[in-house]
Amino acid sequence: MRFKGNVIVRFKKSVLEPQGKAIELSLKEREYTDVEQIRVGKHIETVVNAASKEEAQKKIEKIAESGLYNPVMEVCHIEMEELDETV
Amino acid sequence: MKPFKNKRAGILVFPGTNCEKDLQMALEEYGFSVDFLWHQNSFSVEHDIYFVAGGFSYGDYLRSGSLAARSLSMQSLKEAVHKQIKTVGICNGFQILTESHLLPGALVKNSTLKHICKWVKLTPSGNWNDKLSKEYALPVSHSEGNYIADKEVLEELENEGRILLRYSDEVNGSAKRIAGICNANGKVIGLMPHPERAVFASNDYSYSRKLPGKEFFELVFQNI
Repeated sequence: MRFKGNVIVRFKKSVLEPQGKAIELSLKEREYTDVEQIRVGKHIETVVNAASKEEAQKKIEKIAESGLYNPVMEVCHIEMEELDETV
Repeated sequence: MKPFKNKRAGILVFPGTNCEKDLQMALEEYGFSVDFLWHQNSFSVEHDIYFVAGGFSYGDYLRSGSLAARSLSMQSLKEAVHKQIKTVGICNGFQILTESHLLPGALVKNSTLKHICKWVKLTPSGNWNDKLSKEYALPVSHSEGNYIADKEVLEELENEGRILLRYSDEVNGSAKRIAGICNANGKVIGLMPHPERAVFASNDYSYSRKLPGKEFFELVFQNI
């Protein structure tokens, strides 16, 4: 069966995220003065073949740890999704 | 010989722009007095021509040109375009003009996935068909020079002669090998190659002393 892991990678709160900062400042210079903070992360759609959702999650966790994120500066969160085989 | 010594040119500068000095040198060669226009300020539209210089505005964050397109100085540039003052966007300037919808389409990552920095052969086409040398060449330096647009837009550009420059060979995956286009009235021009890097003998890769950038500027300066 095919499963998709939505791997969300974000900078740790303590780390300056320059892209979000640039977008934030650009918005504040325009009419969006209520904007408090923008932080940009990565959404990595990872599709694997596995016998069960649990196995798929384990595989994707291993992939993520193999280098999709750097635990020194980033945190990672995985949301699993079963793919509809008819699509 | 300074044919435009009574003319004024405005160059829009954003954080991360890095081609404004080359442009200034090229323009001063023709006698223009040059003003740098900083992104945080609006400006009064009183120049004879505007340039949006190349570089990496706002670090190319979000999408190349996207944050620059929404800055204060661009509102003044839109006023200038409305007044039909000639406006030229080079490289990142072209990306800024598409992001601000002053030109159609968008520029995405090169199909090679690499930054391309070299001289390329160009074929003048459309309204510029016989306006530049047949064997034309200019330097390019970009990561996102792959022009895309809807089929209808591409047909419109083609039919109206608004594809001004094409890559003679495959370079970056650009639709119809587009390297430069203009808007409907021809006053807003966007191109990926850098004519300002081909104006002085020291820029000339071939030592032919043809200085193709000069041909470009002399064409653009007509009727300003």
